[in-house]
Amino acid sequence: MKIVVLVKQVPDSGADRNLRSDDNTVDRASASNVINEMDEYAIEEALSLQEAHGGEVVVLTVGPDRATESIRKALSMGPDSAVHVVDDALHGSCAVATSKVLAAAIAQQQADLVICGAESTDGRVQVMPHMIAERLGIAALTGARKLTVEGSTLTIERQTDEGYEVVTASTPALVSVWDTINDPRYPSFKGIMAAKKKPLQTLSLGDLGIAAGEVGFEGSTSAVVEHSKRPPRQAGNKIDAGDDGGSKLVEYLASEKFV
Amino acid sequence: MAEVLVVVEASQGAVKKVTLEMLTLARTLGDVSAVVLGGSAAAVADKLGEFGASKIYAAESEDLDGYLVAGKATVLASLIQRVSPAAVLVASSQEGKEIAGRVAVKLDNGLLTDVVALDAEGVATQVVFAGSTIVKSKVSKGLPIVTVRPNSLTPTPSPATPSVEQVEVALTDKDKLAKVVERKVEAKGARPELAEASIVVSGGRGVGSADNFKLVEELADLLGAAVGASRAAVDSGFYPHQFQVGQTGKTVSPQLYVALGISGAIQHRAGMQTSKTIVAVNKDPEAPIFELADFGVVGDLFKVVPQAAEEIRKRK
Ligand SMILES: Cc1cc2nc3c(=O)[nH]c(=O)nc-3n(C[C@H](O)[C@H](O)[C@H](O)COP(=O)(O)OP(=O)(O)OC[C@H]3O[C@@H](n4cnc5c(N)ncnc54)[C@H](O)[C@@H]3O)c2cc1C
Ligand SMILES: Nc1ncnc2c1ncn2[C@@H]1O[C@H](COP(=O)(O)O)[C@@H](O)[C@H]1O
Repeated sequence: MKIVVLVKQVPDSGADRNLRSDDNTVDRASASNVINEMDEYAIEEALSLQEAHGGEVVVLTVGPDRATESIRKALSMGPDSAVHVVDDALHGSCAVATSKVLAAAIAQQQADLVICGAESTDGRVQVMPHMIAERLGIAALTGARKLTVEGSTLTIERQTDEGYEVVTASTPALVSVWDTINDPRYPSFKGIMAAKKKPLQTLSLGDLGIAAGEVGFEGSTSAVVEHSKRPPRQAGNKIDAGDDGGSKLVEYLASEKFV
Repeated sequence: MAEVLVVVEASQGAVKKVTLEMLTLARTLGDVSAVVLGGSAAAVADKLGEFGASKIYAAESEDLDGYLVAGKATVLASLIQRVSPAAVLVASSQEGKEIAGRVAVKLDNGLLTDVVALDAEGVATQVVFAGSTIVKSKVSKGLPIVTVRPNSLTPTPSPATPSVEQVEVALTDKDKLAKVVERKVEAKGARPELAEASIVVSGGRGVGSADNFKLVEELADLLGAAVGASRAAVDSGFYPHQFQVGQTGKTVSPQLYVALGISGAIQHRAGMQTSKTIVAVNKDPEAPIFELADFGVVGDLFKVVPQAAEEIRKRK
C-alpha cells in the first residue's frame, strides 16, 4: 500500500501570529513555523499502518521554500520520502486553488491512501480533505478518531455532536484524522540523521501541468480585503476569594442578569 | 429581491439554532429560501417559516442520509446553478464546511468559512488567530458561499408561510463512496449544545479528576449552561473530547463563559475569546485567564464553586 501524508507548515499557534500588512497573507517570514499539529497525527497513523501492512509512506507539502524544515522534521519521524511543491506563483492562493495543486500532486503519486490532518491551525478551514477528494473522485473519510484497514476496505469512527458515526469506503481514499486518534512518536536521533538523506523531490507548477494563472492571487476565488488587530480584552475586577468568593461571584452574575 | 439560500442544519428532526441565525442574517440580504438536504422537510417547515423562509427546497432521500456529504454537495451545487442565488449560507459545522468545500470546487467558486457577519456587498467578517485578528474578505469568483459560525448573531422571528418545492436527488456512484454504516447517538441529557449555548461553564486541569467534574456540571445545570473542558482536562480523561473548547476543539461565543481551574493558554483562548462576558476562578493570581476575565476570583475552586452553587439555589 502506498500512503501519501499531507503535511502543512503553519505559524506556531502558541506564538504571536500576524497577517502581512502589504498583501493580507499569513506572515510566515517573521513567525516561528512548525508542522501543523494534526498532521503529526496523520504521519503517525500512516507509519503504524505501514508497520502493520507494509508499503511506502510519502510526505507531500505545498508551500514556500522554508517548508523544507518541516518536511525534514516529518521525515525524521519515519516516512520514506517527500514531495515538495514550491513555486513563487503559489503565493496568495486560496483553499480552492491550493486543493487543485494538492490533488494534481497526489494523482501523480498514484497513492492507495491519502492521510491528512482534519484541520490546519492557521486557517482552521477544515475543507481541504473534501476539496481534494472531490477533485480526485475518491472517498473522503473525515475527522477520524479511529481507522482500521482490512484489505482494500477502510473503516473509520468519527465523532459527531450527537455521538459518533462509523463510515466505510474502499481504496483509493482519503482519511483526515483528529488529534484523538493516536499519540505521535517523537523522532529518534537515528531518525533525525536518516531524514537528512531521504529523497526529497521538488516540483514546480509546470511539473504538475498547472498554469501560474490558475493559482496565486490571480487564480484565487476569494481574497482578504483588509485586516486589523482586535483590541485586546480588558481585564476586569479580580478579587481574592477570602471566605465569600462564591457569594461574590454570584453577586456579580446577578448584577449581569445571569442569575 | 434576490434569493438567498440557507442550508438547514438539523438534528433528529429539530432545527439547530445556527439555522435560525442564518435565516435572520439572510433576511438582511434578500428573499430567504431554506434548503433541506436529507432528513424530513415537513418536520422543520414550521420553524423555518417562523424565522422568515418564504420557500423551502426539499431534497429528501435515504441516499443523502446514508453517505457522507458528497451527495448533499451535488444536490446543492445543481440547485445553485438553477436558481442563481445572491448568496449561500451554510453552518460552520464539520458537515457544513465539508458540503460548502465540495460545492466550491464543483462550481469553481470562492468560499469563506467561519464567518461572523456578511454585508449586502458580500464582505464577510472573520475572526482568526485565536481571536486576535479581524479579517474582512470577499469572494472574488462566483457568488458568496459562506459558512456561518454559531452564536454570531441573535435570531429573531419574522413569520412567513413557506412554499415547499421538492428537489430531485440525482446521485452518481461518486456520491456514494463513503457509506455510513452506523450512527450512534449518545445520551446527552438536558444540557444545551456546547457551540450553541448562551452560557458555558468549563473545567480545566485544576478540577483534578473526572469525579470532580460533577462540580462543574452542577454549576452548569444551575445556570442552564453547557459544560466545556480544556484540553488538559480532556487529555487527563476528566471529560469527553467532544466537550473540548479551543483550537483543536469547539469554538464557543456565549453570553457568559465561566472558566474553572483553567490557566488560559493561547490555544484555549482561541476557542472562547469572543465570549461576551468571561468569569474565571483560579488559585493562581498570575494565571493568564485573568487577563481576559471581566470578573476573576483568586481562590480554590473546591471552596468557591460549591458556595456559588449554594448561593444560586438560595436565590431561586
Ligand atoms: C496545537 C495545540 C492545540 C491545542 N488546542 C487546545 C484546545 O483546543 N483547547 C485547550 O484548552 N487547550 C489546547 N491546547 C493546550 C493548551 O496549550 C494548554 O496546555 C491547555 O489549555 C491547558 O489546560 P488547563 O488550563 O486546564 O491546564 P493548566 O494550564 O495546567 O492549568 C490549570 C489551572 O488550574 C489552576 N488550579 C489548579 N488547582 C486549582 C484549584 N483547586 N482551584 C482553582 N484553580 C486551580 C492552576 O492555577 C492552573 O492555572 C493546545 C495546544 C497545542 C500545542
Ligand atoms: N499547503 C498544504 N500542503 C500540504 N497539506 C496541506 C496543505 N493545506 C492543507 N493541507 C492538509 O489539509 C489538512 C486540512 O487543512 P485545512 O483545510 O487548511 O484546515 C491539513 O491538516 C493538511 O494535512
